[in-house]
Amino acid sequence: MTSPQAPQSADGLLRPVLSECWDSPQSWTLATYRRFGGYRGLPKALAMPPDDVIALVKDSGLRGRGGAGFPTGMKWQFIPQGDGKPHYLVVNADESEPGTCKDMPLLYANPLSLIEGMAIAAYAIRCSHAFIYLRGETVPVLRRLHHAVQEAYEAGYLGENILGSGFDLDITVHAGAGAYICGEETALLDSLEGRRGQPRLRPPFPALEGLYACPTVVNNVESVASVPGILANGKEWFRGFGSEKSAGHGLFSLSGHVVRPGQYEGGLGITLRQLLEKAGGIRPGHRLKFWTPGGSSTPMLTEEHLDAPLDFEGMAGLGTMLGTRALQIFDETVCVVRAVTRWTEFYAHESCGKCTPCREGTYWLVQLLRDLEAGKGRMADLEKLDDICDNIFGKAFCALGDGATAPITSSLQHFRDEYEAHITGRGCPFDPAASTVWADEPSGAAG
Amino acid sequence: MTAETSGTAPEQAPVMLGIPSAPAPDFPPEVRARLDRDAESVLARYPQRRSALLPLLHLAQSEEGYVTPTGVKFAAEHAGVSTAEATAVATFYTMYRRKPSGDYQVGVCTNTLCAVMGGDAIFDALREHLGVGNGETTEDGKVTLEHIECNAACDYAPVLTVNWEFFDNQTVESAKALVDALRAGEEVSPTRGAPLCTFTDTARILAGFPDPRPGAVEAGGSGGAPSLTGLKAAKGEQA
Repeated sequence: MTSPQAPQSADGLLRPVLSECWDSPQSWTLATYRRFGGYRGLPKALAMPPDDVIALVKDSGLRGRGGAGFPTGMKWQFIPQGDGKPHYLVVNADESEPGTCKDMPLLYANPLSLIEGMAIAAYAIRCSHAFIYLRGETVPVLRRLHHAVQEAYEAGYLGENILGSGFDLDITVHAGAGAYICGEETALLDSLEGRRGQPRLRPPFPALEGLYACPTVVNNVESVASVPGILANGKEWFRGFGSEKSAGHGLFSLSGHVVRPGQYEGGLGITLRQLLEKAGGIRPGHRLKFWTPGGSSTPMLTEEHLDAPLDFEGMAGLGTMLGTRALQIFDETVCVVRAVTRWTEFYAHESCGKCTPCREGTYWLVQLLRDLEAGKGRMADLEKLDDICDNIFGKAFCALGDGATAPITSSLQHFRDEYEAHITGRGCPFDPAASTVWADEPSGAAG
Repeated sequence: MTAETSGTAPEQAPVMLGIPSAPAPDFPPEVRARLDRDAESVLARYPQRRSALLPLLHLAQSEEGYVTPTGVKFAAEHAGVSTAEATAVATFYTMYRRKPSGDYQVGVCTNTLCAVMGGDAIFDALREHLGVGNGETTEDGKVTLEHIECNAACDYAPVLTVNWEFFDNQTVESAKALVDALRAGEEVSPTRGAPLCTFTDTARILAGFPDPRPGAVEAGGSGGAPSLTGLKAAKGEQA
């Protein structure tokens, strides 16, 4: 959690920090959190001037763990001081990007790392009321958050005059109601204000006019949960993880056709080849076909990108994004057209409807892709897909539209021949049964 | 933004547009009195009333199992918005049901990764096994079947949820056995999390009222095998 002596693999690639306590019984309790070095950061922060806390986090090199990678300390610095308005901290725990599954196990097993981080962040930006916007569909996580906040109040880590410092903080846990778009920070704020979750025009940015038109920081769960360790162990400790421009530790979530899917924590910049070695490789008898570096909205990669460093620069250099380090692994049994069609149906379903390029564009993309997958497509449809993507990308109101085009344009780039095979062969050449987890079992568990 | 959010005062008079409230009967007086007390505790968590609208709709759903015109009116009155505005919000979010549904909402993740790993096969099998389509409820009123989007458990694929609790690493057979057990009224526990409660009990937790059952927080342990696999590898506990 925040212990500087956290275990690491012999090669130093895996270094669990936030996940260090996850195999302890009752890992979510305050007692366990303290045993692993929790609540050493907050007292240090409270003894510093708030601006020094911001400077420390800035110097640590921590960049947003929710996908965009914006420097966290800089976000805090943008909050105007002495403006007479209340300031708000809102934690984005809406984790809904397809493939992304790091914040939910983190909050389930170690919620207090977030609660301590929130107290430090709130102190730094001079905020006395903070919110956790948790997606509603994860009730077991909600239970743990309710419990963690209550434990923190009882121990004097929340409430009035925290640890005798004169600093007050209340935290409200807020459950959403099912909408991917609420992971977009301005849509999240509208939702938290009791509205339909639709993105806002920027500027003004949330740092100036966010929640209730007051200065607001919106941070991802893992970003905030990483802060106590920086306070407790120092910025050099944090910079000891990762690469120069992508400092620190991060959770890498492997899913799909790997032997041991799961959460692997280490410094940013690890490669997929290294992660696959830890995870036992691709399932036996199969080979990697395509993968996403950080969720479905990050352009897909292939076998030739196995040695690219999984950090912000490494992924940007390949024309994709690090995103949420949601590594969805697909082997050669998977039809890329089927995969992309399903993601596109998701974006069309989740498009909030506010802007025309995304609302109409995602609808037509689904129609074209369904026809292609069913063997009813024409070659001209491939140009049409590209054309519609071009009319969405950069022209939609928020990043959802851009994200919707990522799987299509990247798959057309890497697997155009497979789209064409659906057209010339008048159908999908793949057997979906071969991709299931039970496909290679002798008993045929599919029943 | 609108006038409602342009200021910073904690309690502002809502902008009412003179639109008449949608016709809806009120809750019976004793129910209304109980829900009003709950609503006050929801409102106390927020600097501005309207922010309570989502939890108030969860609260209304916890009373009736879905969001009725009565529930919308109740939530609107407490949040200080018109019933038209509250309806607009209630219809935007997928977790608010708009018709009576089962005690157990069985959601099969059919987003790409789970679908490929077996979610599509499980969903098709359950449709046939239960004799219902997407969003439909079994005749006994027990199970509503839905396909759901990515629920942040991809390392446990294929994933099902029942009343938003995780059932990890499912197969066609385990999913059929699960719905059979739900329909038979057996106690069922998810892979991670507390023993199942009904949909309305879940809605109350979502409204921000902690699960009152002893042991509910502890149930399910710290994490399943995929959550721990990287940690074990780092410790050299796994080849």
